[in-house]
Amino acid sequence: MSYNWNWQVFLQPSATGEETYLAWLLEGLKWTVTLSLTAWIIALIVGSIIGVLRTVPNRWLGLVAAIYVEVFRNIPLLVQLFIWYFVLPEVLPGQMGHNFKQMNPLAQQFLSAMVCLGLFTAARVAEQVRAGINSLPRGQKSAGLAMGFTLTQVYRHVLLPMAYRIIVPPLTSEFLNIFKNSAVATTIGLIELSRQAQQLVDFTAQPYEAFIAVTLLYVMINVTVMYLMRRVEKTVQVPGFVGGK
Amino acid sequence: MYEFDWTSIPGAIPLLLKGMLITLEVTLTAIIVGIVSGTLLAVARLGSNRVLAFLATTYVNLFRSVPLVMVILWFYLIVPQGLKAIFGQNIGDIRLTSALVAFALFEAAYYSEIIRAGIQSVTKGQVGAGLALGLTPGQTMRLIVLPQAFRNMLPLLLTQGIILFQDTSLVYVIGLSDFFGTSYKVGDRDGRLVELLLFAGAVYFVICFSVSRIVKRLQARFSQ
Repeated sequence: MSYNWNWQVFLQPSATGEETYLAWLLEGLKWTVTLSLTAWIIALIVGSIIGVLRTVPNRWLGLVAAIYVEVFRNIPLLVQLFIWYFVLPEVLPGQMGHNFKQMNPLAQQFLSAMVCLGLFTAARVAEQVRAGINSLPRGQKSAGLAMGFTLTQVYRHVLLPMAYRIIVPPLTSEFLNIFKNSAVATTIGLIELSRQAQQLVDFTAQPYEAFIAVTLLYVMINVTVMYLMRRVEKTVQVPGFVGGK
Repeated sequence: MYEFDWTSIPGAIPLLLKGMLITLEVTLTAIIVGIVSGTLLAVARLGSNRVLAFLATTYVNLFRSVPLVMVILWFYLIVPQGLKAIFGQNIGDIRLTSALVAFALFEAAYYSEIIRAGIQSVTKGQVGAGLALGLTPGQTMRLIVLPQAFRNMLPLLLTQGIILFQDTSLVYVIGLSDFFGTSYKVGDRDGRLVELLLFAGAVYFVICFSVSRIVKRLQARFSQ
């Protein structure tokens, strides 16, 4: 079996214009990072709300939050993505679905993938937030209430500041997951890294170079995120708690 | 307003069941091969041989930092070439084979992390006691540590199985007709994509939700 290695392929002009195949890779990297970061913001906000709702003393709010988590955790990400991308525009009432389908294809793909990935990850973030809040001694909440804080103030000033600092390590692994899961967007045609890998294979017929380059870029993202999150972890760690000094 | 029409589903049930069989085949193969090789990887990582420990760590970290989609595509590239080198040009449809290999090797990395934690959850005194009784280190691992470790991590192993069951839908990227792929194709064929996608989502939900309830009950019984 002989294979002609040709790493110079990335410097060759691409089939569609003056830019090089390297530019294609960087374009893919840009979309992977943009998609993951925007989805992560959604995941943090929605996940925090759902996670808090699961711990408040109200059965109905708790039930709603629990249903959210179960639904988003028990349906495959790919199915969720297809539902956002293919099903929702059809069943939206009035002009909304029509307007969505009028947008440029890249915007449609990006918005669907971002909302899908964000809400999917939110269910996982919610479980971590809930675990973080529940891991605090009950006395903290009681002490806050006894001091005359309202329940909202107790969450805002006592419980959440502690909970977030405790759950940094599990959140790091969810943050890493969101970059990996963003590859699913390739199935609806978003030109992120995995899509570009497949495109490079089709256009250059140098599959190994393309796949190795993309794999290394994913590893690089992973290493960068882990490094940054470790620094965050060090800065916010609570003295006397697990991992703290 | 969209008019739902579910009539194309009943006729497609035999096809969908065939797809579900493929989904289950990939899932079960990956669970079995994943747990067996995951155990070997975990033991290698915790063992005293530095080279083996390094190789196992690299394997696990590499697979855990690459998206599953890329892993599936990688194996769809490598497996056919490997098979061609061995069996010549006539190898037929290798999508299922590549998917089986990709999932088995990918899951091994994830299972090994669960199993490693499980092994570490067994107290050191157990190992000491085993060695003091005259068992070899291998026997201590096999007869004392692993049985207890597996008991501790059974819920986690099953939960990983549920995640894996959902992840098998990603074989869509190489065009393999598992349950999801079949649903998509039927929906596309009949112009009923909306209904078929919602149906697929509902089926996955019912299966995964029921199994996770069972796992939870098992967990409660074990922790008594």
